[in-house]
Amino acid sequence: MSPEAMQKDAHLTGNSGRSPAVGGPRRTRKRRWSLLIIVVVVALGAVAYFALVYKPAIAPLPEGQVPTFGVALVAKGSSLASIGDCASCHTTATGAPLAGGLPVPTPFGTIYSSNITPDRETGIGTWTEAAFARALQEGVNAAGHYLYPAFPFDHFTHVTADDAIALYAYLMTRDPVKFTPPANQLGFPYNIRTIMAGWDLLFLKKGVIAADPNQNAEWNRGRYLVEGLGHCGSCHTPRNSLGAEDTGDEYAGGPVIDGWYVYAINDTSPAPFKWDADGLAGYLRTGFSAQHGASFGPMAQVTARLGEASDADVHAMGVYVASLMARSNAPAPPPLPAQPILTSGDSLAPPMVVDVSAGRGATIYAAVCSSCHESGRLPPFGGIDFHDSTAVHADDPQNIIDMVLFGLPAGEGRTFATMPGFAGTLSQDDMVALLTYLRTTFAPGKPAWSSAASLVASTMSGATPVKLYSEDGVQRGPSPVNPPGANP
Amino acid sequence: MDELREPRAITRRQLLAGTGAFIVSFSLLGMARGQETPPAAVMPAPAPASPSALPGDLNIDPMLDSWIAIDADNQVTVFTGKAELGQGVKTAILQCAAEELKIDPLTIKLITADTVLSPNEGYTAGSMSMSMSGTAVRNAAAQVRELLIAKAATQLKADPTTLTAQGGQIVGGPQSLTYGALVTGETLHVNAQPTSKLTPTADFTVMGTSLPRVDIPGIVTGAVTYVQDLRPDGMLHGRVVRPPSYTATLADADTASIEKMPGVVKVIRDGSYLAVIAQQEWQAIVAMRTLARSAKWKEQASLPDEAHLPEALKALAVEDGTVADSNTTPTGVVQTFDASYTRPYQMHGSIGPSCALGQLGSDGVTTIYTHTQGVYPDHAAIAQMLGVDQTKVHCIHMQGSGCYGHNQADDAAADAALMARAVPGKPVRVQFMREQEHAWEPYGPGMVTHFTGGVDANGKIAQWDYELWSNSHNSRPGPPGALLSARYLATPFPQDPQVFSITPTGSGDRNSDPLGYSLPQKHVIWHFIKDQPLRQSALRSLGAFFNLFSMESSVDEMARLAGVDPVDFRLTQAADPRGAEVIRRAASSFDWAGWTPVPGRGRGFAFARYENHASYLAIAVEIAVNTDTGTVRLVRANAAIDSGEIVNPNGIRNQTEGGILQSMSWTLYEAVTFDRTRITSIDWQTYPILRFGGVPDSIEVDIVPQPGQPFLGAGEAAQGPTSAAIANAIRDAIGVRLYDLPLTADKVKAALLSVPAVD
Amino acid sequence: MSIQLNVNGQDETIDSATDTPLLYVLRNDLRLNGAKFGCGLGQCGACTVIADDQPIFSCVTPIMMLEGRKIRTLESLGTEEHPGPLQQAFIDEQAAQCGYCIPGMMMRAQALLERNPKATEAEIRVALEPNLCRCGTHMRIIRAVLRAVDAMAGA
Repeated sequence: MSPEAMQKDAHLTGNSGRSPAVGGPRRTRKRRWSLLIIVVVVALGAVAYFALVYKPAIAPLPEGQVPTFGVALVAKGSSLASIGDCASCHTTATGAPLAGGLPVPTPFGTIYSSNITPDRETGIGTWTEAAFARALQEGVNAAGHYLYPAFPFDHFTHVTADDAIALYAYLMTRDPVKFTPPANQLGFPYNIRTIMAGWDLLFLKKGVIAADPNQNAEWNRGRYLVEGLGHCGSCHTPRNSLGAEDTGDEYAGGPVIDGWYVYAINDTSPAPFKWDADGLAGYLRTGFSAQHGASFGPMAQVTARLGEASDADVHAMGVYVASLMARSNAPAPPPLPAQPILTSGDSLAPPMVVDVSAGRGATIYAAVCSSCHESGRLPPFGGIDFHDSTAVHADDPQNIIDMVLFGLPAGEGRTFATMPGFAGTLSQDDMVALLTYLRTTFAPGKPAWSSAASLVASTMSGATPVKLYSEDGVQRGPSPVNPPGANP
Repeated sequence: MDELREPRAITRRQLLAGTGAFIVSFSLLGMARGQETPPAAVMPAPAPASPSALPGDLNIDPMLDSWIAIDADNQVTVFTGKAELGQGVKTAILQCAAEELKIDPLTIKLITADTVLSPNEGYTAGSMSMSMSGTAVRNAAAQVRELLIAKAATQLKADPTTLTAQGGQIVGGPQSLTYGALVTGETLHVNAQPTSKLTPTADFTVMGTSLPRVDIPGIVTGAVTYVQDLRPDGMLHGRVVRPPSYTATLADADTASIEKMPGVVKVIRDGSYLAVIAQQEWQAIVAMRTLARSAKWKEQASLPDEAHLPEALKALAVEDGTVADSNTTPTGVVQTFDASYTRPYQMHGSIGPSCALGQLGSDGVTTIYTHTQGVYPDHAAIAQMLGVDQTKVHCIHMQGSGCYGHNQADDAAADAALMARAVPGKPVRVQFMREQEHAWEPYGPGMVTHFTGGVDANGKIAQWDYELWSNSHNSRPGPPGALLSARYLATPFPQDPQVFSITPTGSGDRNSDPLGYSLPQKHVIWHFIKDQPLRQSALRSLGAFFNLFSMESSVDEMARLAGVDPVDFRLTQAADPRGAEVIRRAASSFDWAGWTPVPGRGRGFAFARYENHASYLAIAVEIAVNTDTGTVRLVRANAAIDSGEIVNPNGIRNQTEGGILQSMSWTLYEAVTFDRTRITSIDWQTYPILRFGGVPDSIEVDIVPQPGQPFLGAGEAAQGPTSAAIANAIRDAIGVRLYDLPLTADKVKAALLSVPAVD
Repeated sequence: MSIQLNVNGQDETIDSATDTPLLYVLRNDLRLNGAKFGCGLGQCGACTVIADDQPIFSCVTPIMMLEGRKIRTLESLGTEEHPGPLQQAFIDEQAAQCGYCIPGMMMRAQALLERNPKATEAEIRVALEPNLCRCGTHMRIIRAVLRAVDAMAGA
């Protein structure tokens, strides 16, 4: 059977002949009997299970009956789609928008995102509004197949019916693209979609979350968006062994995604200065905060899209996320310095003078980093003051390693922060010396990064692949194209 | 110094009088010491007796030996007052000379713009190098050839019709004489004739071929090519410290401590003008940064509100002028189209910031190597700024990074002169920093246009009313106030007011007279904006870029009103068969007729004859719109160009491809940003331009052969049509017309959401 | 203070401040014209040279970081009389207008081709992203690098 066929038929045929339950070596008669009983029990259980979790297909939209939607509804859907960041997973670097095919690596195998353009053959063009809403809210597609939670329906289940309609209206009015994404590469038993029903029973908390009467409307709106469509927890909350978000550890950050360490956005946020709602809203909308720096890695995709969303909604998200970090002990950020004269000479600082005894890290910082980072030119176009840098204050140095090596690539045709990478300049020893200097100088109370040397090595060798995104959310090639081998 | 371009230790008159052979090695220092009083050649060119009597720029300098010299060793030297700007003009002019002189182009020495040696051909601008200088050189070469044949006929006592020129010799049967042997004294010091015996196109062996550019091997191997590459012995490095904003004045600066910094030779403070000169380049940069930080300025908010730029521009005082008026009223109009279009300030954005090398000699002559487009006007302005006679300033053109119009080349030359004055005898190379280039260059100015047009029952354009609000697109030197630093000196030279003039070539109004089409009625008004809220001057194609964006967008909408295919609509109303031909060819190259709509794709077409008298260009483009993000990508472009007689097809193609991509970047991405006090587009982060990520899959350029026709130039023909073709393709793809440049993803996305989905 | 640099196979002693960006040393002290000053900010790529096998922005790389490294500039690829395959490809494609960005483009392309001699058009476009060209010579630059891929494969 082809993987496609296995995937397609999994909910009907159950375990195939390849299953180890029936495919083992010859055994004694007695053991054969007991095996048979087990098989029968399992089979009956399976039948009961499948009967219980069976989801019918929803009749397709008849050909030619393309629904029409009002301009306002589509615009609302557009804003929501930006908050949901549908495009980031449903578009590849070279593919058509929303046509899917992006590989999503999981501990259970690789899942390819689906085509959500309104193409009738390969996309969602035959899906009715009800089918679309069921996919969002129950994680079951129009054909009745269970979806994998790489598609974050554990969050989308909280989306209201009205918002689901708006999203549907937006997606159904995009350009249809005929494209069949590659089949998922999942081993048994994860290739059986129906087992997801069990996962759903365990982890899917369906329905819209009730408003908290103790909080104002904006906070509740923010929570609705962050917990629901925004699916922030998909990256920012650690997952358990079954790939579900760890309840009790919400927004604690931790995993490395695309080579970037995910920060905690709860009270344990590593930001040296406390985020407030306005600061967060500005960051989410523009991709930078003058006091905290620019977004990078996959977060650049998120902030790029939030720039297209409703200002009010993004602000509400800022209000809610700020409340998640309300008990952080970090102090409020100091006021921004006045902008220096930018155009009299160049925008850089005169060279920093360091004593020869200051050590390699200090010398590198002075010679390589300080002209931008001590210039006083504020982010996004000037280098951040590392006293403000979350990357330097985080427990894990992966992000500062990535930034130093690969920088921030430029986007196409938009004004955004950029930074040159120094992968070709700094040796592994230089990197470790620089990291040590940054950590001790700008985050003095923080423990040393014991993992720095090994992370530098694995990043520079390419063992930790790093995906680069420009601030418009587009994946870019690193410079150099491949991570360098060990420098002398 | 082998790095300094060509020998110049002799004067042109000495050369012409046959007294000097070229001296191969040349030192700027040596030259400065040995410089004689500059010859008559630096004086303003004599006015031609009859302005249009002679071909091209032979009118401004009719002596053949102003253009071509041949020495006793048979070395041919060609002089042009035009400058190599990366457009390949050196190669093309060599081809013209070689073709008519029947010699190998690579054996010719070419002297380009130089206020001592070259003819005064004004600016290298307006795509006129080939039509003016190329034509002059070609005709001069043909006339020299015929002079040599006549002279040889006399010496050989042969019938001139039996003699031919080939390979530097006049040959007749077994006899031959080298050119060098035939040229003595004042042989070539004769007036050019109005007509020449030009080589017919069918007999071309050099012209019409893609002779490889003579400068590319040097560029790709690191030869001394640019002003930036000059480094005579003892050279110092200069850096300016500009005010932070246009109207800032210097309140205080700690020059004393800067003078003590390592390597610093001099700190100049003259009014609000600040500069440092140091031994090493890095020392100059460090001193500049430190001085910039110590300087205190008084600033005032004097810039318009960028968020409402069109309104701000229209609110400024204007003087109205009529560009075109058929003096008829529209008749038979059945449907009308009415729209306003806007354009922000846009940058030249040279990849290499401006640079110049200056040295004040003991004879009081300041010699300046500059990548200016106009050595003669520049030296006049600099002389006035320095308060010296024009003969005391010698400007020599040398390549810089591409300028695309009036960038800061002249300003750098002026700074080199000011710094050279501060350290007499020492060569000083002045290099602007990236931020200075971005913030201080004279931008292509913001513009507003308004179009009202209509079609009649036959689907033809019956009404054409067009207005534009624009500056002059010109603040070049001559006057010393055109030089940036001159305005900030203790005794400042204020900028002259702009000159309002409506000419056939046009400037801000360039191409606004719709001569490309046969129209029953037209009325075109220029509301000339007198004030210049941001520094502005000539950017490649001047007003033509935005006028054609507006006009050809409007033509597309009128085709829509008429229900006629936009190519057919243009074809049937094209005023000129050569215009119709490029329209047909571009459509055919694109396969316009065979194109089928694809979701997310659109096609667009546009056409113009640049300046209404130069090259014809039509272009068809296909674009892809990401209907999720609004991002637009140019997928392919197919252009057809008629630039008259073809000298170098590859050169025409190169210029056209480049024009298309640059125009695409202006159209989709670019806008100078500013707050009420300062320019905030100061680097490539804050003024993004095209990168490889936005480069199309293909560009095809079809060149129309025009044997025997005049050269029409090719440098700027693509700018206007490309912008409109892209806008028309976006309209085709998303069903919405966009009016405000640049056509960013945000605007496209907003437009997409403003209308019911079309699919 | 002096620093030892190895540039195009030659050992050089440089008497400049150790934080001097490599670009100014190449251009002024060593009189190598290939690397160009474009921005001094690592934003345009005109200054690109190769250190060992990595393309670097020489305008933001202090010489103190490059001791013991093998630096290569445009001049290492060949001469006007004997152009290297990449140089010949740029000549053959007439891949320059003003030419100011071209040496940086070539050095970034050279680093790519050394790493990936069979680079495809898509890979070339991605690799050249950090470098800016204002004349619009991009199509020719891509063609020239592809031509060099062929030339090097045939060599």
